Amino acid sequence: MINKVVANAEEALKGIEDGMTIMMGGFGLCGIPENSITALIKKGTKNLTCISNNAGVDDFGLGLLLQTKQIKKMISSYVGENAEFERQMLSGELEVDLIPQGTLATRCLMAGYGIPFFPTPAGVGTEVANGKQIINWKGRDYLIEEAFEADFAIVKAWKGDTAGNLIFRSTARNFNQPMSMGGKITIAEVEELVPAGQLQPDQIHTPGIYVHRIFQGNNYEKRIEQRTVRKK
Amino acid sequence: MLDKNGIAKRIAKEVKDGMYVNLGIGIPTLVANFIPEGINVELQSENGILGMGPFPFEGEEDADLINAGKQTVTLLDGASIFDSAMSFGMIRAQKVDLTILGAMEVSETGDIANWKIPGKMVKGMGGAMDLVASAKNIIVAMQHVNKAGESKLLPKCELPLTGIKCVKKIVTELAVLEVLPEGGFKLLERAPGVSVEEIKKATAGKLLIDGEVPEMII
Repeated sequence: MINKVVANAEEALKGIEDGMTIMMGGFGLCGIPENSITALIKKGTKNLTCISNNAGVDDFGLGLLLQTKQIKKMISSYVGENAEFERQMLSGELEVDLIPQGTLATRCLMAGYGIPFFPTPAGVGTEVANGKQIINWKGRDYLIEEAFEADFAIVKAWKGDTAGNLIFRSTARNFNQPMSMGGKITIAEVEELVPAGQLQPDQIHTPGIYVHRIFQGNNYEKRIEQRTVRKK
Repeated sequence: MLDKNGIAKRIAKEVKDGMYVNLGIGIPTLVANFIPEGINVELQSENGILGMGPFPFEGEEDADLINAGKQTVTLLDGASIFDSAMSFGMIRAQKVDLTILGAMEVSETGDIANWKIPGKMVKGMGGAMDLVASAKNIIVAMQHVNKAGESKLLPKCELPLTGIKCVKKIVTELAVLEVLPEGGFKLLERAPGVSVEEIKKATAGKLLIDGEVPEMII
């Protein structure tokens, strides 16, 4: 088996340079690559373009990389939970490209499927269609959307093996799975790294061919954004 | 006149046995509380759940299990989990039978605006544009007029659009209306104690009234 294991987040992030485009897995704070975000802050890489459904909160997730002003542009579908984000966006320091969530997910997926563009009805007749090619197919209009070209994808999985195979847990799968297939180089941090052969081949969500570097993460905080409960 | 729970309760009557349903944030979320006993419905959450259950009991929250509103939830027996791309795949392929969402404006041709107010902080459209572009059946839950007293049922939307020619039905605190394929809001039902005149006054778009309009039963 090809061994994809690197020692830690610092080693995994090697080659990430100023101005690069990076996919970041997660939905809200669910399933975000916590160890890699911390390491990226330490590394200090600047002018990043981040493809991420959300932008974290002020003191956690991608919000931390906004505090350190390492992000130049966000490509997201929903970014409402972050005051520093709002400040940077309104002052023009931060570029923001808002795109429909399904389009965002599919643009990641298509990068991993080798499909350079695809038609979608999402956004037809809205400002999202501005500047985009429209095709009419069997009487219906579709926007042509491009697959992302990201230098790196950074994802978080539940379990992974030394061959880079990944299994996600519950709704922390979200954008992590399509993004894990969509980076030119994919980095996966996992809660539990096991030797090749320990994962059931037919339970694997992302085959190791898509994953270039994998490491055992630690100290996961797994913060909850909206704790909603009912009484017993 | 209906309160928010009343609107949700009336919409719940549109939910039929065997349906896969996506509920938006706000009043649509409340619909889950009023789905009639004895029918089988599966709730879809676009971050990757089919068969979403209620909030967890205190102390049983799981950070890895949230809904599209980022709230902690549970799974019902028979639930399944998938990634975001597959989630919107099933939405685009019209496997989801019914989408219920809120709106700022709806036009008499079924256009909807619900994501952006120029000059205000824009949070984003989330999954709304994908949902409205593909859903087989869209019901909008909203107030009939805005806080300034202006109608939200218009000849043409003034706010930036989320989707075009997609809304089929609207339930407000005053009425149930159908958006006709040829254009216009057809008044189907009045809320308890609300007159046709009041609904006319609150509707800026073309309103079609065909005979006696029954009072809704909720």
